Amino acid sequence: MNGWLFAIVQTLCVVFFAPFMAGLVKWMKCKLQNRQGPPPWQPYRNLLKLSRKQVVLADTASFVFRIAPYVVFSVTIVAVSVVPVISVQLPTAALADVIVLVGFLSLARFFLSLAGMDVGTSFGGMGSSREVTISSLAEPALLMAFFTLAMNASSTNVSTVIAHLSQGSLILYPSLIFSSLGLILVAIAETGRIPIDNPATHLELTMIHEAMILEYSGRHLALMEWAAMLKLTLYSLLIVNLIVPLGVALTLRPGDLLLGAVSVSCKLLLLALFLAVVETAQAKMRLFRAPQYLGLAFILSLLGMMSHIILEVR
Amino acid sequence: MLVRLSFIFLGVSGIAAAWGGALALLTVATEQAGLPLGLPWRQVLLHIDPLSGFFLFIVGTITSITACYGPNYIKEHIGGPQPPGTLTFFTGLFVAAMLFVLLATDAFSFMVAWEIMSVSSYFLVVFEHHKAENRSAAFLYLLMAVIGGAIILLAYGVLAAFGGSFSFYAMATAQLSPTWATIAFLLAFVGFGMKAGIVPLHVWLPQAHPVAPSHVSALMSGVMLKVAVYGFIRFVWDLLGGILWQWGVLVLLIGAASAVLGVLYALMQHDLKRLLAYHSVENIGIIYIGLGLSMIFSATGHTGIAAVALIAALYHCLNHALFKSLLFLGAGAVLQQSHHHDMENMGGLVRRMPVTAICFLIGCISICALPPFNGFVSEWLIFQAALQGTVLKSGILGAMIPVASAMLALTSALAIACFVKVYGVIFLGRPRSRQAAEAQEVSFGMKSAQVILALCCLGFGIFPTWTVIAISTIPEQLLGTGLAKAAGNSWLWLTPIDKQTASYGAPSVLLGLLVSWLIVFFFLHPLKRDNRIRIAPAWDCGFGPLTPRMQYTAASFSMPIRRIFSFVWCIFEKTEPAQPGRGPRYFIKISDWSWLVFYIPIGKLLLQIAQRTSRIQGGNLRVYLAYSFFTLLFLLWVIV
Repeated sequence: MNGWLFAIVQTLCVVFFAPFMAGLVKWMKCKLQNRQGPPPWQPYRNLLKLSRKQVVLADTASFVFRIAPYVVFSVTIVAVSVVPVISVQLPTAALADVIVLVGFLSLARFFLSLAGMDVGTSFGGMGSSREVTISSLAEPALLMAFFTLAMNASSTNVSTVIAHLSQGSLILYPSLIFSSLGLILVAIAETGRIPIDNPATHLELTMIHEAMILEYSGRHLALMEWAAMLKLTLYSLLIVNLIVPLGVALTLRPGDLLLGAVSVSCKLLLLALFLAVVETAQAKMRLFRAPQYLGLAFILSLLGMMSHIILEVR
Repeated sequence: MLVRLSFIFLGVSGIAAAWGGALALLTVATEQAGLPLGLPWRQVLLHIDPLSGFFLFIVGTITSITACYGPNYIKEHIGGPQPPGTLTFFTGLFVAAMLFVLLATDAFSFMVAWEIMSVSSYFLVVFEHHKAENRSAAFLYLLMAVIGGAIILLAYGVLAAFGGSFSFYAMATAQLSPTWATIAFLLAFVGFGMKAGIVPLHVWLPQAHPVAPSHVSALMSGVMLKVAVYGFIRFVWDLLGGILWQWGVLVLLIGAASAVLGVLYALMQHDLKRLLAYHSVENIGIIYIGLGLSMIFSATGHTGIAAVALIAALYHCLNHALFKSLLFLGAGAVLQQSHHHDMENMGGLVRRMPVTAICFLIGCISICALPPFNGFVSEWLIFQAALQGTVLKSGILGAMIPVASAMLALTSALAIACFVKVYGVIFLGRPRSRQAAEAQEVSFGMKSAQVILALCCLGFGIFPTWTVIAISTIPEQLLGTGLAKAAGNSWLWLTPIDKQTASYGAPSVLLGLLVSWLIVFFFLHPLKRDNRIRIAPAWDCGFGPLTPRMQYTAASFSMPIRRIFSFVWCIFEKTEPAQPGRGPRYFIKISDWSWLVFYIPIGKLLLQIAQRTSRIQGGNLRVYLAYSFFTLLFLLWVIV
């Protein structure tokens, strides 16, 4: 029972922390680019403002457009709830393993893309078309990377995988290196960051995620924005806890939990800095360069799996 | 009236078949009965065991549900150019033949039923034969069915030669050398694969399935392909036995190729039913991936994992039958209302046909393998089986299985792209034609059939544990191992291998989704605030009204994927610049490589051979008599 309570509290913490993570990346990026920049808590203000505003709905919008924000947001919450953040003693992780997690993200994307098609403007269709194209290339790479880690731990349960990785010795397996690189590349693409998508622009020729949610307003828009921030946090958590499982608590003792919380915050901070540096140093790619980028991610993940099977199993 | 009566009979027979099948599956019963039919010295024996019971359940369920749909759907044919009696008679014959195939217990009655199934479905495909394309599609179908049937006959011939009899019991006990066993396996793989529609033997499928009336398409795509899978499983696991791992590799690779190519070809289709037919190729590929994994694992002695893979394949058979029938029935409703085959003329149907739209959405989510619907469970099981690939000693196999699972991951991601396109273009947006704008919701019978199938998709997705326990009697029968541990925990958890390796709690996942939805909803809708929504026109950038032609079309939606995977299709693209009086024009024709690589050369070769041999046809009676005489002499020489 303790575990379930812990899972709920942890999920709520992540949900309410997500806007800060997104704001932090933006703030760091602005500082690196010598700009003033909004404070890291600006996204909270935006979300609050949006949730109070009246919803203006396009007259061509159907029920899909109206349920999509709720579906996307609640599916992302459930996805967050199965990822160990501070401790691996997470009962919810047994409900949905890593394949189900990928399935949740796909389900959210399915509704997001449908919402883009719903109003019948060309922006929405453009965004949906690009989103499904990019994610259909990213998803195999993501699954391959997860499978390599899962085969390593001989379990697809995220908690078990992280526990296995954190208990293992610090020998660097080639499979882990390859699949971590693949995972990072996919995460950048899937969360709509530079060089695949630019979260800061509304230029119609370049946007993907923003194009799909262009018709949203009020609380619907707040949910969509929040879900995107949550997705960024989710991928960040997966990256930091799977690649550097150092400090993740193996029990539910208060001391371990505190250590876990401190370590995961530090890791997230570093990752946010890394993301800000990458986004400052890189320019956005042309859309048709994206397949090469994602092809690289897929090859890396596949190499990870091959090297696991050929080098490490026997 | 007569038409209605025939559908009632069809429904009753479907319910009976489903009931009998479910009983055989759940009680692990094996029953036999003789029928006073056929040749005097060979009584027709019927036999039911869990394997045929499971497929009987599929056939029966889908048949009875389409029987609710049929009467109103074929109303438009009453008084049309073709009498509806043809349709109802051959539908009944078709279903009867499928049921008979599942119950047959000797090769003789199996083949008779199989050919009746092919021929009766030919008449259903050619039903609207005043259209030339239907005739050519039906001829292609008949041709492939005849060739496939002949190959299956050869496969049974090999077994019968060693077993000494046409009965399945004798065949199962026959001792074959590995070479002959491989020959028999290859013949069965090609023969049943032709009916199931694996790449590159799939060409008839996207031609024939779309031209039949929609409820027949649902039966053909949802059920008849499963009968072919049944034949393959019965032949390889039950009759042939002694599976070699090389066969498994072949099945796995062909399955992976079918899955990826099927979905890629589907992405480029604009004809709704043809698109769905290509998705059948994809799903058959997924089923074959599961079967191939099962063969590899059972050949290397890991029967426990082989059982997981076999259950995954069978579960996917059931799921595909449900969601593909649902999608074909939805497509039929859309076609009946919009009178268009081409997706580019539809749009905005969600407002005109809400029930069909919701059911179709559920079908789309299920076929895309998204949780918590049924398609996800079977793909999850296939992934779980594939992840056990590390137990294999051989490096080649160990490398093959991850590649196949990568292909499966690519397939399901592309399927999402495809169904976002389908749903977005057909149901969402603005209507692109007058007929689409004036569409009406279909009648009660047609709606109810779709609702039942949609509920089945949800039910089999949320309660996978019971389904897996029920199906696990089949691997017990074929492999000697079931899934003991799937039931070890409570019904809330699906744990195919063991609790530590993987678990999926589908009911709790759905509960979690609903609870978080409710919390978010009440959080955002405080009682004291005015939560009303203002309806306004969509933003048009200040340039005047938006028109339906400004929307993304199906072709433009799939354009990035077309460009990325351009090597998969044979694309002909042409742009004509604007001329006085008309704007610029754009033509695109995308065709299937397998036509160009396999079928057209074979067709040309056959024509050439026919022309050469026609020389001996002189028209002179004496020459013909001489031919007969020398043939007779030759045969006498051979025999004596």
